[in-house]
Amino acid sequence: MGKDSKMIRLEDVHKSFGDLEVLKGINLHVKEGEKLVIIGPSGSGKSTLIRCMNYLEEPTSGKVYVHNHLMSRKRRAFINKIHSSMVFQQFNLYPHLTVLENLTLAPMKLKKISKAEAEQTAMTYLKRVGLEEKANVYPTTLSGGQQQRIAIARALTMQNRVIFFDEPTSALDPEMVQEVLDVMIELSHEKNFTMVVVTHEMGFAREVADRIVFVDGGRILEEGTPEHFFTNPENERTKAFLSKIIR
Amino acid sequence: MFDAEKWGLVWTHRQTFIDGTISTLLMALFGLALAMAIGIVVGLMATSHTKPLRAIARVYVEIIQNTPVMLQALFLFYAVTFAGVKGFSALICGIIALGIYHGAYISEVIRTGIQSVPKGQSEAAYSQGFGQIATMAYIVLPQTIKIILPPMVNQVVNLIKNTSCMFLAGGAVDLISRTNAFAVGEGTGSAAGQGYIIGGVIFFVICFPLSMLASRWEKKLKARDVATVTVRKKPDDVTDAELDMIISGKGGES
Repeated sequence: MGKDSKMIRLEDVHKSFGDLEVLKGINLHVKEGEKLVIIGPSGSGKSTLIRCMNYLEEPTSGKVYVHNHLMSRKRRAFINKIHSSMVFQQFNLYPHLTVLENLTLAPMKLKKISKAEAEQTAMTYLKRVGLEEKANVYPTTLSGGQQQRIAIARALTMQNRVIFFDEPTSALDPEMVQEVLDVMIELSHEKNFTMVVVTHEMGFAREVADRIVFVDGGRILEEGTPEHFFTNPENERTKAFLSKIIR
Repeated sequence: MFDAEKWGLVWTHRQTFIDGTISTLLMALFGLALAMAIGIVVGLMATSHTKPLRAIARVYVEIIQNTPVMLQALFLFYAVTFAGVKGFSALICGIIALGIYHGAYISEVIRTGIQSVPKGQSEAAYSQGFGQIATMAYIVLPQTIKIILPPMVNQVVNLIKNTSCMFLAGGAVDLISRTNAFAVGEGTGSAAGQGYIIGGVIFFVICFPLSMLASRWEKKLKARDVATVTVRKKPDDVTDAELDMIISGKGGES
């Protein structure tokens, strides 16, 4: 495939917060349909990295391309609208709207889809995450696991081909992690979806990832297939990280 | 105090109080409209990512909040009048002065309201493709209403009471000016106490229901959260009509 197979392209991306340089020159391509997992210790810059992809963080320098569109602050809304969705650590459902309204707001306002059609699509995805009976309640009445599954359904209703997951299970109680991972694993079977996932769930990474990227100190230190990572990592810091996180 | 003759004087001059009330309400209404417009714009400026906008908002708010409204009104009235502007009535002066003064306070109410909404809310909206204005309109501002409503109504009540500052700046039209004119008037001065009581009663009658309305609205919004918990437990047993009853606080007891 040609240029078009690069869904996301980061070129020499730097990001500083004040004096603190969090990303120190990231070059990364994500292919269409690829399932990319980003791992790294806390404070490594992995969350900042994924947030640069949809410009929730604006890089201090460097370029971000989404489907060959050069990202900018001005074009962020347009590009995110047609290409990507995001699932957050803290769910970030809209508490003043019902579950169904959470799922239909953006399709109706941004894609000008009729209410009936948007609701029908929303119910399809709610069913897919197993929560269609929660359509008319407010999100704050639901458990963390349920809220995150709703958030995934909300991301799906925009029907974009890229979904970013920024530590989607880190804020969950342990017993709710698996229900969210199950939904994500099910999604990963779709060839068309491009998934970029920042996570500490190594079992998930091993099962789902086409490629794993290890980030530390604002740089990509190692990348490769799950087999490579879990059997034969090369970088010393990767080894140290994996030995700590896998018991 | 219970002298029928003096209350009779008030009754005879009732038109004075009616005219004053109308002027005060007009001034308050248009002043509020102006204050809301200024408050929303300056409040949004104060939360913007652009430093100069934030600085302008800050300077405006600090100057207005740290000088007396009376002085601002006097300055406005005499500066404009001496500049030779024709048709600058006390009413218009009051509308502008109160709009500018309460605009500063309302902008602070809106700023704190916006800042109380977690950052993740606007990030979720941006990630879906909403722009900044749409994010404010659909996601952030609706969540601020519950928080800003009580202080906002306080501002409305204060604004109505602050029409009294027009007594010195232009004067003669608003309720305080008319009440005072009645109280010091040659034929009516003997009923000064009664006149002031009537003026006060009128202010109270206007302001008190507003305060009540605000606290009821606030309770209703809070009740909605409770109602959703009820629905969660028995999704099929609660009809929409019953839900409305719960929300409006009418149901539940019987």
